[in-house]
Amino acid sequence: MRLLKYVLRDISRGRWVLLYFLFFFAVTEGLLFFTAGEAKTIVGLMNVVFLLIPLASIMFGTLHLHNSRDFIELILTQPVRRSTVFCALYLGVAIPFVCSFLLGVGIPAFIHAAAFSPAIVTLLTTGAALTFVFTSIAFYLGIVINDKAAGMGLAFILWLFFTVIYDGVLLVITVMFQDYPMEQPTIAMVILNPIDLARIAVMLTVDYAALMGYTGAVVQKFFGSGFGVMLSAMSLLLWIAIPFGVGLRSFNNKDW
Amino acid sequence: MALSTMIPTMMLAATLMVLVSMANAETIKVSKNGRFTSVRQAVSSSQRGDVVLVEPGVFIESNIVIKHPLELRGRKGAVIDGNNTPGTLISVESDSVLISDLELRNVAVSYVDDNAAIKIINSKHCEVLRCRILNGFFAIYLSNSEHCRVADNILKADKDFEMNSGNGIHCWTSKDVYVSGNIIEGHRDGIYFEFMNRGTVVGNTIRNNIRYGLHFMFSDSCSYNKNRFIHNGAGVAVMFTHYVQMMDNTFANNWGPTSYGLLLKEISDSHLSGNVFDRNSIAIHAEGAARILLEHNVFRNNGYALRLLGNCVETTVRDNTFEGNSFDVTTNSVNSQNTFINNYWSSYVGYDLNKDGIGDVPFHPVRLYSLLVEQVPSSVILMHTPFVNILDLAERVLPTVTPETLVDSKPRMSVPKQ
Repeated sequence: MRLLKYVLRDISRGRWVLLYFLFFFAVTEGLLFFTAGEAKTIVGLMNVVFLLIPLASIMFGTLHLHNSRDFIELILTQPVRRSTVFCALYLGVAIPFVCSFLLGVGIPAFIHAAAFSPAIVTLLTTGAALTFVFTSIAFYLGIVINDKAAGMGLAFILWLFFTVIYDGVLLVITVMFQDYPMEQPTIAMVILNPIDLARIAVMLTVDYAALMGYTGAVVQKFFGSGFGVMLSAMSLLLWIAIPFGVGLRSFNNKDW
Repeated sequence: MALSTMIPTMMLAATLMVLVSMANAETIKVSKNGRFTSVRQAVSSSQRGDVVLVEPGVFIESNIVIKHPLELRGRKGAVIDGNNTPGTLISVESDSVLISDLELRNVAVSYVDDNAAIKIINSKHCEVLRCRILNGFFAIYLSNSEHCRVADNILKADKDFEMNSGNGIHCWTSKDVYVSGNIIEGHRDGIYFEFMNRGTVVGNTIRNNIRYGLHFMFSDSCSYNKNRFIHNGAGVAVMFTHYVQMMDNTFANNWGPTSYGLLLKEISDSHLSGNVFDRNSIAIHAEGAARILLEHNVFRNNGYALRLLGNCVETTVRDNTFEGNSFDVTTNSVNSQNTFINNYWSSYVGYDLNKDGIGDVPFHPVRLYSLLVEQVPSSVILMHTPFVNILDLAERVLPTVTPETLVDSKPRMSVPKQ
């Protein structure tokens, strides 16, 4: 616990977290100031948030693990359990980022009395979940790959994969199999990518489903059902838990 | 006698006859404690040209049949309540009947008969004015009638399903019907025309109806001006009609997966001008539309502003404003036989070097992604992803797939004056 407090203080003092907060604050405030907080504003905000959160989390997480190598080695000489150290490190990075995101978007939204709209609430929840997901992945990368440059490179490629390439592949698949009913497979593919999942969740809260015709209706029905919600939550949790678990195991077995 | 002198003489004679008959006209009062305690009694004992005046009070009756010219008028607070007994409240089977200022309510729902609050059949020159009709199954029903006027009525119903609800104003095989200033809520279709000629629909407010706000088929040469169609189940759908004029109407908040602002199916030689489309999931969906002029309309905050399928020809889209729509124009064909010119597009990013208010770079309103969505509907799941944005940007810089001919060669730099 004391370790967690220490890491938290270390990260929170850093200027990255402050910058992160200021950026979200400026973007949200700007968008809400010039518009009335309608669907398009939310979608604009969503685009920024879902582009930046994964990028920042995965890059900073990897970077941080490499930069605190000396610290980790020092701590590991002390009589503390390795898993405690790992958890402290993980939460120490994830919590400040989640908080500065929540405050950065939440405060302007609150000022403009939009904080409790379902769209903003969904955006905040999924954004927080994405921070945890990509910090998990970052930690796994940071531990498994010893070379800092290679780790950062891979982190960037992974981010690119989840935000852009995955959707490209999804599009190619839907076009290739357009003669078949593709609603179920596309939903499955969306669930497998945390960013797509978060995006759909937000879009459904702002009534965009109506624009999406038959597919929209199928998607809405699925994500509106208890089963769909459970499956989505499960997917996000697994995306947090699996990289975290694997990372923890490597951390425990790693010879520093 | 020459024909030219004959006509005024005949008119004079006609006027005299009307005056004479009016001199004989009697006013028959219906009241709770008068000579006539039911409207039906009063109507059946009235003569041609009489006035039946309904005093305040609730008269529970139905199946009132008017068989000669008559004025049926209500004082404030006069109510005829059908009490859901089978049949129509008031049937008009004669020319020149005027019904005004009455409140009619509770017409029985029937799955076999088109029961109505007021039914006008095979008649001419009838008018329904300032009536309030609550839960009329069909509120006002005209069949095979001409030169009738339905104005300033309030029609409200509160049914939930298409099956057990009727239309607000229903016209079938009629001519020259004038519908103005009515408020129509909660019916199946707000206004329904079939086989109507030269109908005029002006200044009505039609909202929250279960199916369509306005629904017409085979109704040539009708005009619809200054109406407001708001939040109807499926918007407005019009089909198989020539020579339609629609001006200065508002189509708003028709939002849902199966909802349209305005659906044009097999409509030709028509003119739509000065209409405002605000927040509809699809503002205009045109299918098989030919020779339509769309000008000075405003499309704002719609999902799809204009969906022009490949079988639309010679449609001209000019001087319109497209602002903040998710998709401005979509189509399912790579060839376009329609003209786009001088519109304002909020997503236009070109420049205007000579400052004549017209952008120097042509605008392609169809996005690559919207074309893709038309062809592969399930790809819509990628809406607003970075990948799709990149794709659209690439296509905009270097158009290769989007319809070459669907282009606004002279896009405006600012919103046109209305």
